[in-house]
Amino acid sequence: MNESFYIITISFLGISYYKDKTKTKKALKKAWNSFENILPQFLGVIVLVGIVLSVFNAEFISKIIGNESGWYGTLISAVVGAITLIPGFIAFPAASLLLENGAGYMQIGTFVSTLMMVGAITIPVESKYFGKRLAVTRNIIAFFFSLLVGYIIGKVAGWL
Amino acid sequence: MIKRYRFFFITAVLLAIIFLINRELGLKAVNVTGYAFVEMASIIPPIFLLLGLLDVWVPRETMIKYMGEKSGIKGIILSFVIGSAAAGPLYGAFPIAAVFMKKGVKFTNVLIFIGAWSTTKIPMFLFELSSLGSKFAVTRLLIDIPGIIIIAFLLSRFIPEEEIEKIYIEAESL
Repeated sequence: MNESFYIITISFLGISYYKDKTKTKKALKKAWNSFENILPQFLGVIVLVGIVLSVFNAEFISKIIGNESGWYGTLISAVVGAITLIPGFIAFPAASLLLENGAGYMQIGTFVSTLMMVGAITIPVESKYFGKRLAVTRNIIAFFFSLLVGYIIGKVAGWL
Repeated sequence: MIKRYRFFFITAVLLAIIFLINRELGLKAVNVTGYAFVEMASIIPPIFLLLGLLDVWVPRETMIKYMGEKSGIKGIILSFVIGSAAAGPLYGAFPIAAVFMKKGVKFTNVLIFIGAWSTTKIPMFLFELSSLGSKFAVTRLLIDIPGIIIIAFLLSRFIPEEEIEKIYIEAESL
């Protein structure tokens, strides 16, 4: 996936350079400026991710989501999903393993949803672009929406 | 300069303290940080290069026409498609959203783009489908599509107009 993203970008850059060198230079400069602008937040977030993930490791997560049931377990899995930043290609197989080991669909559905939609740790980056109020409100709404998603996934899994 | 890096310094000091208290946990945190850094470093360059190119090549009028105030359903669908075609974690969407705002994209469309990027990415959906099954993945997708639109409209209601204007002005300088 990543490679194709690079190939697309490099081809666009090539076409751009072929068509207009000055414009391409301007684009590169803009790319660098916007990157440099957000770099401090990114660095801070990366270290924070390291700290949080070393505390909330896989065994810890599976322990609280795997054995609990009901809204209590759902709420915990929602919070864990909201504060961790696990890439999908790790999270989905892990979630599937948890389901096989008796975790509930409601808990896993909520966990996957907050994992993708809520980013408590990246709020500093989000605030830089959207302001604190919008960043915080978006994350709160997405958190409650994820509880609904988990609830519906739990119901659907029961029906089918 | 120092003020900009304050947040980073605080987290670095926190990491150092953890290291002093519990060496093993500290080492693990450094490892995860290194891993996250490599992941970010591999995802970020194309995102910023693409948005630089977008900024230079696509005229504001074009973006307004397709995704601006009067773009209607067409704008909503387009925001969904662009967000879903993306790769990479959510934080990659924010710089692109800033360029969208700079180019006059409607606020709800910017929010729909963010929502789509966060949860309806096509490559991720296919992966979810294969690991968690169609019952799980399809149900989630079907709830997420209206959910993203509702959240976008709720947010643009909740946030006062002056603040949205401020966010757009800020985006100019990013």
